[in-house]
Amino acid sequence: MLEITNLACSRGDRQLFTGLNFSLKPGSLLYVEGRNGTGKSTLLRAICGLFLADSGEISWHGKSTRSLAEEYTQEVLYLGHHNGIKEDLTGLENLHISTILDGDDVTQDQLWGALKKMGLKGFEDLPTKVLSQGQKRRVALARLLLNSARLWILDEPFTALDVAAVDLLQSVISNHINNGGIVILTTHQGVALTSGQIQRLELGRKKSRHV
Amino acid sequence: MFKAFCCIVMRDLTLAMRRRTDVLTTLFFFIIVVSLFPLGTGTEKVILQKIAPGVAWVAALLASMLALERLFASDFADGTLEQLLLTPQPLFVLVLGKVLAHWLLTGLPLVLIAPLVGLQYYLPNDAVITMMLALLIGTPVLSLIGAIGAALTLGLRGGGILLSLLILPLYIPVMIYGAGVVSASAIGTTDLQAYFSILSGFLILALVLSPIATAAALRISVE
Repeated sequence: MLEITNLACSRGDRQLFTGLNFSLKPGSLLYVEGRNGTGKSTLLRAICGLFLADSGEISWHGKSTRSLAEEYTQEVLYLGHHNGIKEDLTGLENLHISTILDGDDVTQDQLWGALKKMGLKGFEDLPTKVLSQGQKRRVALARLLLNSARLWILDEPFTALDVAAVDLLQSVISNHINNGGIVILTTHQGVALTSGQIQRLELGRKKSRHV
Repeated sequence: MFKAFCCIVMRDLTLAMRRRTDVLTTLFFFIIVVSLFPLGTGTEKVILQKIAPGVAWVAALLASMLALERLFASDFADGTLEQLLLTPQPLFVLVLGKVLAHWLLTGLPLVLIAPLVGLQYYLPNDAVITMMLALLIGTPVLSLIGAIGAALTLGLRGGGILLSLLILPLYIPVMIYGAGVVSASAIGTTDLQAYFSILSGFLILALVLSPIATAAALRISVE
């Protein structure tokens, strides 16, 4: 359960949003919407702890995420504008390193399986710098298949992906929500859910609208 | 936690092996700076012997400075640094892993190349061994202190210059005792324990404090 109370963020002198309140129960999906520059990415970074909000409280199961520290980061998977993969390493190495650092015990078979499922069969052993933009994104997204985090924070996850990969990612996301996970994402692409709850948050209006 | 530490060290070493030029530049920079002095001052044995410890240490300082900028910069650029901050591992452990890998790639080669300096500057054998020992204890301190500066100046324009202004003054104590012990050894002093104790003291202090400071600086820089 993620709770945001009275959150305010600014960049430089510009106030992005103030008095933001919402909570997300297990099995829910939050779309963060708004024009460019309204603070969508900043909100996402604030929630995962990369950005320090001006004021307000972000709590996970009733405890402040700041005080939970590593206990909270264990529960969070963040994927930002950068893919967070090393171009000189192969897809397999990238995935392996991130699973070790995330503290997940994963076998070689699972690594190969995850990359295969992401449609990277035959590309597992190539340095990611020779892959296309969309393939790099797929390597980054392969983490979703092996991670045990319950809160996924995805910033424009669908960029650079082709139709097949978008479908796949949509099913991965709805699967996660069916299993009681929470997903926060910024996108213009809809995700069809079979169960769970969808919420929308629009930034950049006079008052942020929360439906 | 130890697994994550090893993973980071191996990751950075693998990356360096795939981009060997980055590693070699530091080493060649050191060799060239050290070789310039005999060319400039003449090859008089007395003068060279006298300036050798200072020259070697200043060159080591500058070489380690040169490599520092890259310590976090590429991780910052491709977003892997953000991911490191969000792993459930204590950040200072990961920082320590990165610094160790950095030292293995840029500090250790300087230690191993030190006999070459000894040859060029007519240093007696004892003094060469002393210099290697001093560099072995001193260069990790340089990497550790430098990591704080590298983290603080991450993503700044002109960060390289600022980095040297921030960090070089902090290198001074290491250089004074590091060069001091080699000078003392070159004139035949055998009791060098005081110097080594102080250098080791610096190392222990840096090992304990620097990863924590670096971790805090990284969190600020990533914002």
